[in-house]
Amino acid sequence: MKAIVGVKRVIDYAVKIRVRPDKLGVVTDGVKHSMNPFDEIAIEEAVRLKEKKIVKEIIAVSCGPKQAQETIRTALAMGADRGIHVEMTAADMDKLQPLHVSKILANLVAKEKADIVILGKQAIDDDTNATAQMTSALLDWPQATFASKVEKEGDTLKVLREVDGGMETIIVKLPAVVSADLRLNEPRYATLPNIMKAKKKKIAKMKPGDCGVELKTHFDVVDVSDPPVREAGIKVDDVDTLIAKLKEAGKI
Amino acid sequence: QPNQLRDITMALNASRRYGSIISPLLRANQARSLSTTSRRCQELQEKQADFYGLEHKELQSSLKKLIDKEINPYVDEWEAAGEFPAHHVFKLLGDAGFLGVTKPVEYGGLGLNYRFSVAMAEALGSVHCGGIPMAVAVQTDMSTPALTRFGSDYLKKEFLVPSISGDVVSCLGVSEPNAGSDVANISTTAKRVGDDLVINGQKMWITNAFQADWMCLLANTSDGASHHTKSLICVPMNTPGIHLTKRIDKMGMRCSDTAQVFFDDVRVPAKNIIGQDGAGFMYQMIQFQEERLAAAALALSPMDIVIKQTIDYTTTRTAFGKPLLHNQSIHFRLAELATEVESLRALIYRATDLYVGGADVTKLASMCKLKSGRLAREVMDSCLQYWGGMGFTNEVLVSRLYRDMRILSIGGGADEVMLGIICKYMGTLPKLPKTKK
Repeated sequence: MKAIVGVKRVIDYAVKIRVRPDKLGVVTDGVKHSMNPFDEIAIEEAVRLKEKKIVKEIIAVSCGPKQAQETIRTALAMGADRGIHVEMTAADMDKLQPLHVSKILANLVAKEKADIVILGKQAIDDDTNATAQMTSALLDWPQATFASKVEKEGDTLKVLREVDGGMETIIVKLPAVVSADLRLNEPRYATLPNIMKAKKKKIAKMKPGDCGVELKTHFDVVDVSDPPVREAGIKVDDVDTLIAKLKEAGKI
Repeated sequence: QPNQLRDITMALNASRRYGSIISPLLRANQARSLSTTSRRCQELQEKQADFYGLEHKELQSSLKKLIDKEINPYVDEWEAAGEFPAHHVFKLLGDAGFLGVTKPVEYGGLGLNYRFSVAMAEALGSVHCGGIPMAVAVQTDMSTPALTRFGSDYLKKEFLVPSISGDVVSCLGVSEPNAGSDVANISTTAKRVGDDLVINGQKMWITNAFQADWMCLLANTSDGASHHTKSLICVPMNTPGIHLTKRIDKMGMRCSDTAQVFFDDVRVPAKNIIGQDGAGFMYQMIQFQEERLAAAALALSPMDIVIKQTIDYTTTRTAFGKPLLHNQSIHFRLAELATEVESLRALIYRATDLYVGGADVTKLASMCKLKSGRLAREVMDSCLQYWGGMGFTNEVLVSRLYRDMRILSIGGGADEVMLGIICKYMGTLPKLPKTKK
């Protein structure tokens, strides 16, 4: 099986985010970036499937400016075989929406004749949680989202999903799109030999146009601002006072 | 900023013509560019010219992940226990390739150049104590360089291969109770008896000794002029006659086990001598270059981290109605310290480049070691002051590193020895009368 895994370069989870002075986004210049944590889990799952000889080739795909190559290199160091960098300017990156990414992925699936797409369930910058779902719709493939366990059974995948109500097991026919949730696996740290081997692996460059996608925005960002500062709570002495206060605030 | 200069010049010319109407605009422009400059400066500082390439940074990011996951969560526990599980940690590092960065590929290493070692040392410095990086450096830069360069194929297969894979823990046996800085004066002997060597003597301050599987031992194998009588020998630590008595109770590096080791008629095969019999002292001197550069590089990240943590702390801690950091004495002092750290970093990078190019960097490496020991003490001491009472507790990193970094001016070549080496290169040492031995 050929696997396409999407990896996104996002602001590192540990960074303190600051709103840009023009209030239309957050500061990204000079800020530490790394691979989206859920995408690390996706790559790890693909590598494990390759170690089990279920997947034969892993292609890591990233859409973004020149620095997206670093993210692809990390994926290669973890065990992906080659990369595709869909290159765009930083300004265009601002316009990039999950629908564009899904169209690009669908196009690459057709070009590469891939059998499985593994994505992180959501990116930690926009938290959209839409790319996997849209990609499967565009491909008319079944989707197995929020996966916390993936097993191959013949020409199907048995996937354990973490959903709001609890855990759900589904069986999807291959080819399929899977989105990785937190507990799917624990990503490996790239070993030094693999980091050095990754130097020789190829990264192909493409433009969104090559994948039949024009980066047209469908909406404008009007305002980006910090969430309101959390106010202090109050302590009450007993349950009666609690009920009275809640009634006062109109909550019950 | 040529555009700003042009704007200001134009505004100045305009103000001469239109008088006071323009000057508030000019002042506003200057004020605006000054206020954004601070923020823009912070954002720009990531884009410095880089000493490290993509692979070095991947190495550092991977090692930091390993440290964050497998080491830092347990450091407090290990410090309290007085020992970290060396076999466990070394195996994790070995599996990821971090114990053989510069070692030959045919023995399991990666055969990369010394710049990768320095990259690794800077990343190792993100461990929340000094003991573990020091223990790792013993394995990678103290007990194995001579073995790698001069050891026989048999010795390399027996001792180097498992040290690189992380399957064994090693230690370096040079210092003795009566000979630390004065290495030539060690008295441990290894007398030839048939095909064996019989070792008698004692070693002191041996890091990793309690957990080590083998020791790179410096001993006297013959009589005569002290610089030509010594050999480096690979000694398995389970050989009968080796006794570890004291677990030395140290003020810092508390999770690193340090021992006094006694040798009572310890027998090892003579083929365990690394390289040439009698060349041990010279090999050890060569080994010291890498040890000293590594020690200096290890100090960089702790200093960066403590300065940053001190900035964060003094931002939130207020006194007399304002954050401590607003006091010029504090933010200026931190700027001074940061300047010194960058200077040391530049010196280390320069020495590394020259070393990678094949030069002898004994003088520069000694300067790096001297500076790092002294600067680390200064940074930790100055920063601890700004933490106030909190700095004096065992609940903060700055006090632990204050204790841990103190050894840097003593171990691996005391400051005074470094100064002597530098003076030798400067030609300023007084000429001693030749004494007959």
